[in-house]
Amino acid sequence: MKGLEWRRIITRSSYDMGRKRSIWTRLHLDPWLLLLLLSLMGAGLVVLYSASGMSASVVMGQVARFGVALTSMFVIAQFSPSTLCRWTPLGYLAGVVMLVAVEVMGDMGMGAQRWLEIPGLIRFQPSELMKLAVPMMVAVYLHKRVLPPTTRDLLVCGLIIGVPVMLIMRQPDLGTSLLVACSALFVIFLAGLSWRVIGLLAVLVASALPVLWFNMHEYQRQRVLTFLNPESDPLGAGWNIIQAKTAIGSGGIFGKGWGLGTQSQLEFLPERHTDFIGAVLGEEWGLLGMLVFLTLYVLIVGRGLFLANTAQDTYGRLVGGSIVLTFFLYVFVNIGMISGILPIVGVPLPLVSFGGTSAVTLLLGFGILMSVHSHRRLLPR
Amino acid sequence: MRKRRDPIKDTAREVRVFRTRSLVAALLVLLMAGGLGARLFYLQVIEHDVFATRSENNRVRVEPLPPTRGLIYDRQGKPLAQNRPTFNLTIVRERAEDIDATLERLVNILGLDEAQVETFRKRSRQRQRPYQPALLMSDLSERQIARLAVNRYRLPGIEVEAQWLRHYPNPKIMSHVLGYVGRINEQELASLDSGNYAGTHYIGKTGIEKEYEKALHGQAGLRKVEANVHGRVLRELERIPPEPGKDVTLTIDTRLQKLAYKLLGDHRGSIVAIQPQTGDILAMVSAPGFNANKFVTGISYEDYRALRQNPDLPLFNRAVRGQYPIGSTIKPFEALAALQNGVITPKEVIYDPGYYKLPNGTRHYRNWLPWGHGRVDMERALAVSNNTYFYTMAHRLGIDAFSEFMHKFGFGEVTSLDVQGALPGVVPSREWKRKKYGQVWYPGETLSAGIGQGYWMVTPLQLATAVATLANRGHWVRPHLAKRVGEKEVEPPFPGTKPDIELDKERWWDIVFSGMRKVVSGEEGTARHIGVGLKYKMAGKSGTAQVFSLDKNEEYNADELRERLRDHALFIAFAPIDDPQIAIAVIVENAGGGSSHAAGLARALADEWLLSDEENTHQGEKLIEEGVEVEGT
Repeated sequence: MKGLEWRRIITRSSYDMGRKRSIWTRLHLDPWLLLLLLSLMGAGLVVLYSASGMSASVVMGQVARFGVALTSMFVIAQFSPSTLCRWTPLGYLAGVVMLVAVEVMGDMGMGAQRWLEIPGLIRFQPSELMKLAVPMMVAVYLHKRVLPPTTRDLLVCGLIIGVPVMLIMRQPDLGTSLLVACSALFVIFLAGLSWRVIGLLAVLVASALPVLWFNMHEYQRQRVLTFLNPESDPLGAGWNIIQAKTAIGSGGIFGKGWGLGTQSQLEFLPERHTDFIGAVLGEEWGLLGMLVFLTLYVLIVGRGLFLANTAQDTYGRLVGGSIVLTFFLYVFVNIGMISGILPIVGVPLPLVSFGGTSAVTLLLGFGILMSVHSHRRLLPR
Repeated sequence: MRKRRDPIKDTAREVRVFRTRSLVAALLVLLMAGGLGARLFYLQVIEHDVFATRSENNRVRVEPLPPTRGLIYDRQGKPLAQNRPTFNLTIVRERAEDIDATLERLVNILGLDEAQVETFRKRSRQRQRPYQPALLMSDLSERQIARLAVNRYRLPGIEVEAQWLRHYPNPKIMSHVLGYVGRINEQELASLDSGNYAGTHYIGKTGIEKEYEKALHGQAGLRKVEANVHGRVLRELERIPPEPGKDVTLTIDTRLQKLAYKLLGDHRGSIVAIQPQTGDILAMVSAPGFNANKFVTGISYEDYRALRQNPDLPLFNRAVRGQYPIGSTIKPFEALAALQNGVITPKEVIYDPGYYKLPNGTRHYRNWLPWGHGRVDMERALAVSNNTYFYTMAHRLGIDAFSEFMHKFGFGEVTSLDVQGALPGVVPSREWKRKKYGQVWYPGETLSAGIGQGYWMVTPLQLATAVATLANRGHWVRPHLAKRVGEKEVEPPFPGTKPDIELDKERWWDIVFSGMRKVVSGEEGTARHIGVGLKYKMAGKSGTAQVFSLDKNEEYNADELRERLRDHALFIAFAPIDDPQIAIAVIVENAGGGSSHAAGLARALADEWLLSDEENTHQGEKLIEEGVEVEGT
């Protein structure tokens, strides 16, 4: 399989159809998307340097992680969507098996329940893999069905989504499980789930919530309230959010300047180079800085949706669209969290927060998107 | 019913749908991005002044108000765990300009040794968030407080705070029941509710203190204060008072507990007494105990090492973690198993020539009385603790039916409600042996099991629980230590209670009780000496547990070794038979086979609980002093 793909790159055989192909198509990359991603990552490194307390080693570490992530993106872009489509079920199954393994090891009292570890070799979080594998699996299934999906299709999709989501929820990692579920729901939405069903589901969820609420114990309600309104617990979860809001608000329009954020530099701000890096950005670069980043994110989403629309098969379209929307969901949840309009869930700011796993997953996603775009069979004019 | 859709894929339509959907999605994305922008505009432009002032010197500070820990009482309302006021030394790293220098100065001022600097440095890092004070030292003396006050200007970031400290009035006697509180360590810090424990330095480590940590701790309050740049509080802006921890009342009776501890004297051992109808644990002693107060302020390395290396293992809670062979105290339960499984009738007589032989075997399994007891029925077998009779019962039952019945009395599992660290013991069976050793079960092992030797392992708490269930004629109540938590009574039915034990004939209980009564009051009873002057009907059973090897790493001198190879003495009892008020299990380590010791202890405890001071002749204590030997096993 692999050999075939590589031969295609070298010999330019099957995709040419007599038309001259640009260097970018041959590399299976999209120059505009790549440019936008690189600008975002570059700007992110600048913020990270300040957020890590001017630590060159943190920045170099992040550069190395970006290197790995970009390489993964390039490699996966070389595989055609049909190849990816064929390998998806295997990846999905492997993911579920690993989630079960994590669960079993957790039951056996081996401590942390999110990581799968071969000591000394590799530490791996199966739920991270599922962020891609679950929506891809749903797309594989819908790819073969007549769209829009029927009720039966929806039930099958529900099963494909439900199993891993439940397993991740039991880890327990409510945040990640919801994000995985959302990314898969985006696929169904893009596949043309009828507006009637969407409306019905919305009504169902809305009416189930009060029932659930009144059936909860007092202490459970209290927990939900603290989750929704962390400021009611200013010593625990609320501390972070109060400090983050203070940091952002005090930044004003132009910010306090690079490395001059008092909240950030005086260590009032927790997790300032990971989940709360956006607060450092807001404090030091002000509203303008925030808007620049927001614009970059929106442009990436725009370009991504455009690429997904050029796909030639259902699978590519659905996967591409879902990847882009999920990407934006991370952005929205993170900035919403640090600015105090969403509850606190551990979601990093994409490609800006310190950390390798999330960067690799995100860029793998964009690699798939580029593969979808660049492997089109161009018909002669 | 909808019409079936055309099964042919309509690609053009799919592309159209996708285009619409991604357009809708794009609009939503723009809308959400706009929402974020608006929120940021609100924070950074409209509310900018508010936040700018707030961040100016971060002058508004939130301080936790730790709750006072709930007290612990015994069943009569006597205090078992109190709080006493003390002064703690804390540091806020952000306010200490040069931490190392400050810590070194501190050690000089307090007159401590150099090694303490390293300890202080480590402790100063133990906290969950910025500006949280870290505890350096607790229970400062008046002198130290005075010296700190004088040198205050040289010690930025150092505070002396008043705090309640745990105090146990009866530390040794209650040590294993109550457990103790200690400084929160780094591991615990990671898993705690950071908000609720923000101002708390201590946490329950074992026993009741750990079991009821949540109730005892209470809910932290907080105050928002305005402070100047140096951290000095200027005024209080807002205050949410803490909710104090709930008081816990135990089922323990201090008088009984004290007597039990005293009775064990210098012996290692354990006594558990349970009120059968309620499951209240009246006394739970593991001797020797230790001074739990030492753990509260942080025990010194030398003291801790002494406790750890003491061959009597004072830190070991024998009552719930000590696993002993059950010995002949198994016989009443075994008799019920035999009756219920229909392998014997109460009247059937077994002839005892002094030994038992398997049908095809040659080996003699001996009774403790070499020439045998002759003709024995069930009641007599219990009274004289006849081995031959019970070898026969075990052989007739077979190990699996035998084990299954023993499980009904809670052997082999933890049945207590709120006892920390309780162990399940061992109930052997074919299955168990195959899993544990990968070996088959030998018929001879069934015979050993019949007199409670071999693989059986029980904890004193388990044994007392089984006796209480026996006294209740099979009615199960989970044994528990708490009587009341706050305003809430801890009462049966408890979740997870085992099903009551039903026998085919109700009078079988009476047969066994009658046999157990003859142990104490019959002419031939193995513990007949404790029946002298008994003012109520008591059921009992003596037992001996052969000693298994102790920790190999421990070193003994010859005399000690000899003492430690003597058998453990066991005794179980309940009284009065017609309306059981107390069920007792006594284990005295290395007291020798069937010594008077264990039986006398049980008598003394029952007298104390059932009789008034005038009625009590203290016969049990006298017997212990005289050291009368008991027959049998």
